[in-house]
Amino acid sequence: MKSAAFWGVLAAILAGGLALTAVLENEYYYNALYLILQATLMAVAWNILGGFTGYVNFGSAAFFAMGAYTTVALNKALGLPLPLLILAGGAVGGLVGFGLGYLTLRLKGVYFAIATLAMAIVIETFISNWTYVGGARGAYMLTPDQHLWFNSYIQMLFMVMLLLTLAAVAISRMLSSSRLGRGLAAIRDDEVAAESAGVPTLRLKLVSTTVMGAMMGVAGAPFPYFVTFVDPVSAFNLFIAVNAIAMPMIGGTGHWIGPVIGALLVGSMQEIVKVTVSSELNVLIVGVMLVVFITLAPQGIVGLVRKHWQRRKS
Amino acid sequence: MFSADLLANAVVAGILLGGFYAAVAIGLAIVFGQLDIVNIAHPAFIIVGAYIAYILNSRFGFDPVLVGLLAAPAFFVVGALIYRVYFLAFERTGQESLSGLAFFFGVMFIIEVVLILIYGVDYRLVQADYIGQSWRIGFVDFPFRMLVPFAVATALTAVIYTFMSHTFMGRAIQAVAQDRLALQLMGADPVRIKQWAFGLGIATAAIAGSLLIVIGPVEPSVGRLYIGRAFAIVVLGGMGSISGMFIAALILGIVESMVSTFAGPSWSPAVAFGLLALTLALRPAGLFGRR
Amino acid sequence: MDNARSFLRAGAFALAAASASLLPLATQAAEPLKIGFSMALTGGLAGAGKAALIGMEIWRDDVNKKGGLLGRKVEFVYYDDATQPANVPGLYTKLLEVDKVDLLVSAYGTNLIAPALPIVMRKKMVLPSLFGLAANEQFKYDRYFQIMPAGPSPLTDWSKGFFELAMAQNPKPKTVAIVAADAEFALNAAAGARTNAQKAGLKIVYDKTYPPPTTDFSPIVRAIQATNPDIVFVGSYPPDSVGMVKAANEVGLKAKLFGGGMVGLQFASIQKNLGPLLNGIVNYDFWVPEPTLDFPGVKEFLGKYQEAAKGKGVDPYGHYLPPFAYAYLQVLGQSVEATKGIDQGKLAAHMRKSTFDTVVGKVKFGKNGEWAKTRVLQVQFRDVQKDNLEQFAGPGKRVVLYPKEWKSGDLVYPYKQ
Repeated sequence: MKSAAFWGVLAAILAGGLALTAVLENEYYYNALYLILQATLMAVAWNILGGFTGYVNFGSAAFFAMGAYTTVALNKALGLPLPLLILAGGAVGGLVGFGLGYLTLRLKGVYFAIATLAMAIVIETFISNWTYVGGARGAYMLTPDQHLWFNSYIQMLFMVMLLLTLAAVAISRMLSSSRLGRGLAAIRDDEVAAESAGVPTLRLKLVSTTVMGAMMGVAGAPFPYFVTFVDPVSAFNLFIAVNAIAMPMIGGTGHWIGPVIGALLVGSMQEIVKVTVSSELNVLIVGVMLVVFITLAPQGIVGLVRKHWQRRKS
Repeated sequence: MFSADLLANAVVAGILLGGFYAAVAIGLAIVFGQLDIVNIAHPAFIIVGAYIAYILNSRFGFDPVLVGLLAAPAFFVVGALIYRVYFLAFERTGQESLSGLAFFFGVMFIIEVVLILIYGVDYRLVQADYIGQSWRIGFVDFPFRMLVPFAVATALTAVIYTFMSHTFMGRAIQAVAQDRLALQLMGADPVRIKQWAFGLGIATAAIAGSLLIVIGPVEPSVGRLYIGRAFAIVVLGGMGSISGMFIAALILGIVESMVSTFAGPSWSPAVAFGLLALTLALRPAGLFGRR
Repeated sequence: MDNARSFLRAGAFALAAASASLLPLATQAAEPLKIGFSMALTGGLAGAGKAALIGMEIWRDDVNKKGGLLGRKVEFVYYDDATQPANVPGLYTKLLEVDKVDLLVSAYGTNLIAPALPIVMRKKMVLPSLFGLAANEQFKYDRYFQIMPAGPSPLTDWSKGFFELAMAQNPKPKTVAIVAADAEFALNAAAGARTNAQKAGLKIVYDKTYPPPTTDFSPIVRAIQATNPDIVFVGSYPPDSVGMVKAANEVGLKAKLFGGGMVGLQFASIQKNLGPLLNGIVNYDFWVPEPTLDFPGVKEFLGKYQEAAKGKGVDPYGHYLPPFAYAYLQVLGQSVEATKGIDQGKLAAHMRKSTFDTVVGKVKFGKNGEWAKTRVLQVQFRDVQKDNLEQFAGPGKRVVLYPKEWKSGDLVYPYKQ
């Protein structure tokens, strides 16, 4: 996609979102859209490490929860406004991501994946024992009364999330199409070869883990305002980690648009299924879809489309 | 509140618990450690094993551990079939690491939901004469509920260890991980061997499941709680080393039990996984690494 | 022929409608009255959530058999919240904005009630609530009504009976150990127990929490035993309650009073499995089949529940939650009938001042929407036999010790020699 066209589309989506808040008042749709956008942001973030460099992060939920708990802590301590809380959540997530980047120095492949899992559990244990933010009992968050010029608080949260997600998509695209992106792809294909060809692998990996962590922290920061009650079980939810992995896989991990497509598709389906098909089938559908997609279209939707085009060309 | 009998009991409880952890992890030590297949659904298979033990125990009063042993061959076949699918979809195309992971994630969810659809989400338990009884030697307790799983797990580990080092198939499984080419020169079909190994790994889940339900109540999603521990043990044990896995399981059990007794149980997961993170950072090949 | 039949059917409908309109204020007879809620039908709380839903559906059918509410047929609009708090805001907004339900009731469990409150508050809807422990403490919403009989100060009332019983013994106990799971309910119960223990002048010799995924509880029980407490108060969830009871038995815990806030010991499948190990344990409960608690309608309700529960993988007897799930709808239904409408302000005012006759007895709410007077029972397991489910259907196995009003027996003390 040409740069101008890309920015045009982003601007159009943002304007569309604003227009939507002016015409549509029904709060339910903003709730659903918020969750879809949150999932998209997480998927895009996961893909920056997982898709671009091939390092699998199992602990996405920990970064998300770090963002959420930064909000809880800072709101309690200083009463900061939402934009600052989001920045803070991003900073904390980025910092942890940076630390994680150093782990990649020694750990490759599955070892790295297991290490992220271990990290998530250690962080969860600390949060569960940190009584200032409610510990395992959880913390309440009252919805503020002000919501700028929007009709309701959830409308504002929706716009915030839309803005954040679009920014993340733009960053992800920039990373993948720059020299940096080619370096990351080289790491994915053969790290040793990349290293010997002069690619500064450690620096690149640090960049991608930091960006990933920051984005996930940002995704989690508004979450306490959305649910109004956060406890470690819901913030460190397995579903957050699963979705962050499944959505890019379904969309296609090789391209920046893959996680966006996957997240929009699976996320909207989850929202629709949640209110139409009752109970267990909901979880079953996600599981079956994941297995079917992965087995039949390992390159995801993006891969399918590419294959289709190539066939038409030839 | 430090005393000799507390210490002795903490160590014994830890060893017994660690033995059970070994039963949970041994299948992964084969599948993940030897074949590099990230079977995150392994604990879900363990839950299936627990449910089979529950069903036959509550219907016919069979001993749960016996049921686990009898169900193992069926699990072996299922495991071999799953490996077929996995091979055709991923290994053949060279997609295994990432896609395979997502594939097993999906399998895990499907197993959980199917169990919920059939049996609901109530906690299930089994009855056996030894549950609730306890042996006392001096001031040290050996509750049968933990002792039986420990004994079975130790026997299982010994059998698999012997199998791995003394039979052609066992050596072939170890070779498949290390040197594919040599294996082909020997005239063995690597796919068939891996299929065997994967089946064996899943078969242990039937036994581990029956031990799990002897220890405590089970519902379809409790398997998730063991994902982290099981992988941690395999990595600590040095990926694929059966004896290393067993020692790592005992260490984890003892550490958890000591922390529970002397420091406060709420920190035990952080200590256990902190140990893992530390090991990974300092000695990525595990405590007893083969590489 | 077909036409003639449908003509007849239409006539019958018209007749039914006409007779319904004879009732006062039943002008909109055709429109069903929609009650919306989310419920945990999958995930961690699904066992209880599904049982609650069965109880609620029995209420709906009972009401509809009698002609519905305000002459309108009662309909449920509900979604599975999958025990995920993050789902709840969206579902309650949908109930209000898209499904346009007439009335709301809460989901089951504190974590799933709290996220709905801000939305419900903005729309000023009445919210009868199902088993949230002190969920309204932060919001202080005046249209929130909790059916769980925790009492006006839920956290301390929860274990008040347990400690009063202990302090009435001779010689008086001196030390207490408190142990709880690292999760919302258990920690709140433990916090209340701590306050009560201090008030009673007990020395707290052990006060620790454990993570919910704990496999073996014997190290914990042994550490407790090492401090030699007279009383052990446990706040735990079903799997840990089982582990704790088994470990206490294997280690030979010597406390004189053991139990308090263990969730799970109320469920038949767990009771059956633990069997005689339960004997002597004193634990909280809300309803047990003792003669003192034989409220009008409760036996009939349980009969229907037990019929409906067959083959659904839920608790076969349904003593714990289902009667309350039925009762919180009774409160709502009786209020609708009394105020002859669904004006939320009037409904709330009625709920605040009235006493309701329900299958769980007389219900009167206090200022904060909790029961005006606590009715957390402390029951003691007695003469429990091995491997016998049927024994728990009748009286005598769970003797009510507290509160006095409902007492059916005396405490056997100490718990075990």
